[in-house]
Amino acid sequence: MAAAHAEHLEHHGPPTPHYSSRITPGVLGMFLFIASEIMLFGSFFTAYFFIRVVNGVQWPTPPYHLPVYVALLNTCILVTSSFTVHWALQSIKRGNVWGLRAGLLLTFLMGLTFLITQVIEYARIGFNTSDGAFPTIFFCLTGLHGAHVFVGLSILLFMTIRAFRGHFSAEHHHGVEIGGIYWHFVDVMWIVVYLTVYIL
Amino acid sequence: MRNPLRSEAEAFRFLIAVIIGALVIFGAARIDTWLGVAAAVAAVAGIVWWLKDEPVPGAGEPLPKLTSATPPGIRRVLVVANETARGTALRDELERVRTPETELLVVAPALASPVQHWVSDVDGAREDAEERLNESVGLLRAAGFRVRGEIGDPDPLVAIEDALRTFGADEIVISTHPPGRSNWLEQDIVGKARQRLALPVTHVVVDLAAEQARA
Repeated sequence: MAAAHAEHLEHHGPPTPHYSSRITPGVLGMFLFIASEIMLFGSFFTAYFFIRVVNGVQWPTPPYHLPVYVALLNTCILVTSSFTVHWALQSIKRGNVWGLRAGLLLTFLMGLTFLITQVIEYARIGFNTSDGAFPTIFFCLTGLHGAHVFVGLSILLFMTIRAFRGHFSAEHHHGVEIGGIYWHFVDVMWIVVYLTVYIL
Repeated sequence: MRNPLRSEAEAFRFLIAVIIGALVIFGAARIDTWLGVAAAVAAVAGIVWWLKDEPVPGAGEPLPKLTSATPPGIRRVLVVANETARGTALRDELERVRTPETELLVVAPALASPVQHWVSDVDGAREDAEERLNESVGLLRAAGFRVRGEIGDPDPLVAIEDALRTFGADEIVISTHPPGRSNWLEQDIVGKARQRLALPVTHVVVDLAAEQARA
């Protein structure tokens, strides 16, 4: 009975499903996720292109200004958070549980700082979506990214809680890997949004 | 192109590449907006080139034929059959190749339609295949064979390759309906298997309707 109980403790999740060797569910899921994100962000960038390039709307439209340097600081915070989540994953691969916990906690706090800073900027920016095409596409692009950051923070919160509960080890840390991939994706998307909306 | 999000390490390397491109674009945009746009196009092209698949050593050469190792003294036969699994003609062929140390693995591909396969709605197909498989394995065991069965991929060739990875077969027997009734013959599954596999492939035609009429 003790052996069966030990086996039960070892097992994580449902039994391995039967599937062919042609494509694994994880890879197919990732392809579908990337395809859906390309379509989603692509549609908003297409709107940005038509507003700014095709219709020649001045960017930013006077008398509005964009907080370029606050957004740059925010970018630095988000980029640094990618380094900390990478450090967290490298730590648990070497069996360093406290490195994992510290990395995830730092990542979460920096992500939260990013989101709060974004919300404060929204409140102080001086325009809203009813003020024309430029403000609309600004809020749509940055807001869409903000929604992804919120989802990423939720995932990070679960990962951090599980890390502090000792769920991860050098052999079993798939949850950290997946969350790390998503967080890097969110970071890449923010760099693209920042360059497009604030810099170019 | 390789998938930049297939692992955290790949995603991190992709992020570093994007950061380097962003720094170049940022610097160019400070000089002139259109220079920044040009730098952005160049950066995207650079990242796409960086993500292109590296040529694999040996790519373009003919793929080595699949084979498998058998424990000494044992003869293993891989049987691929679904609807024809209960056919008498198949059992007669297996009796013909039988030796005292013959082991059989019967693989029944789950016959799902392309739509069912792509939406992963294969449960019904798997249940049907399992029913036929159980009947077939039961009949073969009753005839004295050492046999086990498993459900395979809807594509019979993929099902064969999957089975060969764990079952060291010396011979493959593919059982189909007669020409005109068999989807597998339409797809030339037997011909492709003979081309792809370095194992003898025997094709057995099972006419269930004729067998039932005789019974």
